[in-house]
Amino acid sequence: MSARYRILLPVVSLAVLLAAVFYMQPRAMSYFGLNLLFNLAVPIALATVAQMMIIMVNDIDLSVGTFVSFVACVTATFLHDTPLLGGLILLAAIAGYAAIGALIEARQLPAIVVTLGMSFVWGGLAVLILPSPGGAAPDWIRTLMTAKPPLVPMAIVASVLLAVVAHVLIMRTSTGAILRAVGGNARAVGRSGWSLVQLRAGAYALAGLFGVLSGVTLVGLTTSADANIALRYTLLSIAGVILGGGEFTGGRISPVGAVIGALTLALAGSFLSFMRLSPDWQIGAQGAILILVLAVRLLFARSGRRKEAQHG
Amino acid sequence: MADATADRPSAVLSIHRRPWFWAWVASAVAFVATLMLTEGRGGGDLLSAALTFASFSAIVGIGQMFVITLGPGNVDLSIPATMTLAGTLSLKFMDGATGLILPGLAVALGVGLGAGVTNYLLIRVLRIPPIIATLSASFLYQSLAIWSNRGLRIKPPAALSDFTTGATLGVPNLALVGLGIALAAWLLLERSTFGRWISAFGQNERAARLSGVPVEFVRAVTFIGAAALAGLTGYLLASFSGGAALNMGQEYLLISIAVVVIGGCSIAGGYSNVPGIWGGALFMFLIVSMLNSYGLGAGVRLIVTGAIIIAIVAAASGKEST
Amino acid sequence: MATETPLVALSDARMHFGAVRALDGVSLTIRPGECVGLIGHNGAGKSTAVNVINGGLAPTAGTVTYALPDGSTGTGPAAARAAGIRSVFQELSLCPNLTVEENLRIPQRDLTGPGWRRRAARRISNALDAVFPGHRIRPKTTVGDLSLAERQMVEIAMGFAEGAAPARLVILDEPTSSLDASIAHHLMDHVKAFCARGGAVIFISHMLGEVFEVATRIDVMKDGKITDSRPRDGFTQQGLIDAMGHVASAPAEARRAASAAERIGEDVLLRTEEGLTARRGEIVGLSGLAGHGQAEALARFFLSRSAGMGHARRPEVVFVAGDRARDGIMPLWSILRNVSLTTLSALSRRGLVDRDAEARVGEDWRKRIGIRTGNMSNNILSLSGGNQQKVLFARSLASPAPIVVMDDPMRGVDVGTKREAYDMIRAEAEKGRTFLWYSTETEEVCRCDRVFVFRNGRISAELTGDEISEQHILAASFEMQEAAE
Repeated sequence: MSARYRILLPVVSLAVLLAAVFYMQPRAMSYFGLNLLFNLAVPIALATVAQMMIIMVNDIDLSVGTFVSFVACVTATFLHDTPLLGGLILLAAIAGYAAIGALIEARQLPAIVVTLGMSFVWGGLAVLILPSPGGAAPDWIRTLMTAKPPLVPMAIVASVLLAVVAHVLIMRTSTGAILRAVGGNARAVGRSGWSLVQLRAGAYALAGLFGVLSGVTLVGLTTSADANIALRYTLLSIAGVILGGGEFTGGRISPVGAVIGALTLALAGSFLSFMRLSPDWQIGAQGAILILVLAVRLLFARSGRRKEAQHG
Repeated sequence: MADATADRPSAVLSIHRRPWFWAWVASAVAFVATLMLTEGRGGGDLLSAALTFASFSAIVGIGQMFVITLGPGNVDLSIPATMTLAGTLSLKFMDGATGLILPGLAVALGVGLGAGVTNYLLIRVLRIPPIIATLSASFLYQSLAIWSNRGLRIKPPAALSDFTTGATLGVPNLALVGLGIALAAWLLLERSTFGRWISAFGQNERAARLSGVPVEFVRAVTFIGAAALAGLTGYLLASFSGGAALNMGQEYLLISIAVVVIGGCSIAGGYSNVPGIWGGALFMFLIVSMLNSYGLGAGVRLIVTGAIIIAIVAAASGKEST
Repeated sequence: MATETPLVALSDARMHFGAVRALDGVSLTIRPGECVGLIGHNGAGKSTAVNVINGGLAPTAGTVTYALPDGSTGTGPAAARAAGIRSVFQELSLCPNLTVEENLRIPQRDLTGPGWRRRAARRISNALDAVFPGHRIRPKTTVGDLSLAERQMVEIAMGFAEGAAPARLVILDEPTSSLDASIAHHLMDHVKAFCARGGAVIFISHMLGEVFEVATRIDVMKDGKITDSRPRDGFTQQGLIDAMGHVASAPAEARRAASAAERIGEDVLLRTEEGLTARRGEIVGLSGLAGHGQAEALARFFLSRSAGMGHARRPEVVFVAGDRARDGIMPLWSILRNVSLTTLSALSRRGLVDRDAEARVGEDWRKRIGIRTGNMSNNILSLSGGNQQKVLFARSLASPAPIVVMDDPMRGVDVGTKREAYDMIRAEAEKGRTFLWYSTETEEVCRCDRVFVFRNGRISAELTGDEISEQHILAASFEMQEAAE
């Protein structure tokens, strides 16, 4: 019951925002308009899903932004020049994420701090790889990201695909269930003979995988990279998970919601430029939208509780 | 767990069990390693610089520490924006006039209080998780700062500038301010009823509430206090560096959290200590100056800093589990 | 053949945690068809014994052997799982964010691949139908949306559910703590049927009546050893209590009649929106089936009278938690700090805690309430559950608050501690304090001066004096239930 309501608000907020954009700029209601609006949504959505994997096991990842930046730097250099080496580096990065998860569980470390430390490490590696902005996107990812499928723009197709894949992986498979169980009651899972180290490492590896996809697709869109390209993804991804109905603890997350939350945030950026806001206020307005959506969510939750009370 | 239960230090022998011990050891190692390169020259200057810069981290770190003590999910992400806004508005208000130094301080503290009240109301009235509440509010503060700053760089009053860069009896004035605040924070945390309440809140908010702890009062004072300390730091930092800059608070987000953790406070809440904050703040400065003096580039410096944070956390938690 | 091979055999099993000998040489065998009632104080070693039997803990010395389905024997946690040893723990071990069927995935590793949900749903539904006929739990419901009793039912059903390794020995640790009597009876019936079919059960409960009903054999534990083991008929309830080391004192009812008249004041001290009333010095009981709004009524009342700063200094109402981990204990703190939490404001001057005064209050209450510790600065978790509960009593009673609210405070507490607590409550009432006491045990409610029976969040009966009896309470709980159907 509660899980089903969880997805409602993200959908409504996206719809309302979209309606507002269409009202102000009817021309956005077209293939190209939509493409423009959601252009940067795909890497944000992927980063949000990565963050969700971490929040799913009751942790929080403060290194998503620098990790995606690092991946972008690798993509624009190694993956472009020597695809095999680039691929190996990215695989090693995913393994690194898994190792962090294992370390956090094995030594019972606070994830917020370890990932804070890792954000320095990924940032340092990115600076080493690409000291100044540059590099080039591999052709295949450029082609993929700028593809123009019939009827619906690529960004929408990719987002729907991502939502479906993440939903099946986390909400439907038996592995997804046990990973969510770690967030819900890790002790019970451990007592049943599961290795929490393996499970947490698995969740982190998934986060690493989606983080890598985020960095690669980002370069596919921007065609070049720099070490600070995605720093704001850390905060965006956390906000996306929460906007999507996820909670910080208890393994209560929604993959579809997370993708929708990311789309909402991406749209908010476009919305502000349609409003012709002074650039001074853009960032503030972004915060205001976040607060507004959360306030509406509170109203929903309150009325839901009132209904429950009446039934009870 | 064992050190959390001891009500008072038993002996000097058990000093290595104190949670703040490792932060101070690491700072000392970084200090010595830096001096080894210069063969001992410049030790005084290094120490003085470390005390000055660490006091900024320590003051915001103490505020962050109280917030983190409230338990999982309690972090103030608006500290950098509050610092920037307080620095910008107070310098604009003083406009270089020496007579307005104290009213300027009041403006900075007022900005901090305002930000703290806003943060708290978002958490309380809108029931937004603190991380998201302070994050979204920080966007608003940042926007306000951008709007009021308009790229102008207003110099602080000369007397204030002199005070923040000066020293008394060889100790930097800022360090004295930082130590004074640390002493007050220690008293509050370790000896006062309020400190107990914060710790109880952080261990189990529901149980604290049912035991008669005024939890909303505790939450409000903690968030407002942390923001007020951020406002004060913004005022001092802007005066120290000769003007407010829009990115002046940026690095303090990570630093404020890092010093709490390096200082041996429990990130899960309920258990904190003040000496560790100063140890962590000194360490964060000394490690950078050590790597700088060894001629390492920005990339390596970042990697080493990150690796050291993780290593300290891993070592500290290893101590706890034995 | 099957009846002769023990499902599990412990031979001189010892478990030491540092200097603490949680198990000090336990030998026992459990054969198919047996239902072993395991009883003892908190701290007698029951939980450790359970964890050694189910393979969760490897004993420091001695052996634990399981009979595997293929006729061989084995040791270790994997063998325990293969042998069909299942545990249902005292504290709830479900994942509230998962559905009922998804939770079955945690203990049952063969639930994987396409169609795993369907199989999980079938297994858990069948088990629920078998153990709790008439339950209304659907496999697709998120556990967080279930009531406490329903969660415990799911947990028990998971213990009996069909799986790759069929359940052969199910360990039930306080399985009925959140269940009302009628549901508990379904469980008893199922346990008997399960054992009759050749299964085995270890049944741990503080409700001796339940143990007598289902057990074929009763093992008494004391100080890490099994001190007595006889077929059920070899014990009487009084004999069991004696065997556990506590001499039963005379029933309190007689004393109640004598003292109540002069103790209880005339005017009504409090009145809640539900209609609860209490007078000065009165012990008011809240009863009825578990989960019918008693705890909520208490929490609402407490929260409405304890919001502001003024209340922190002079509390009007104090709360004694029964769910210690959730509502009471500060796990990082010493015993002393846990005791003084509610009285801190009164113990402080200019905002600073007077630590000598605090220590005096702590020492005073350690003696008065008999907290068994050598040092009040030890961590609270070093105490047994019963002693932790005493700390929570001390925390509240140390304040001068005239009203004490108690939310089923004797949950999982040993008989001896209970007796001491009953005496203390009476003594405090004599001094003029008013108690609001919710209890799931009818025997406790019968000690009250006035009893409100709850049903569906409302008061269905108010009983005083001689009206307070198990029969009346049950009648008030059930009669209304039928009328509503």
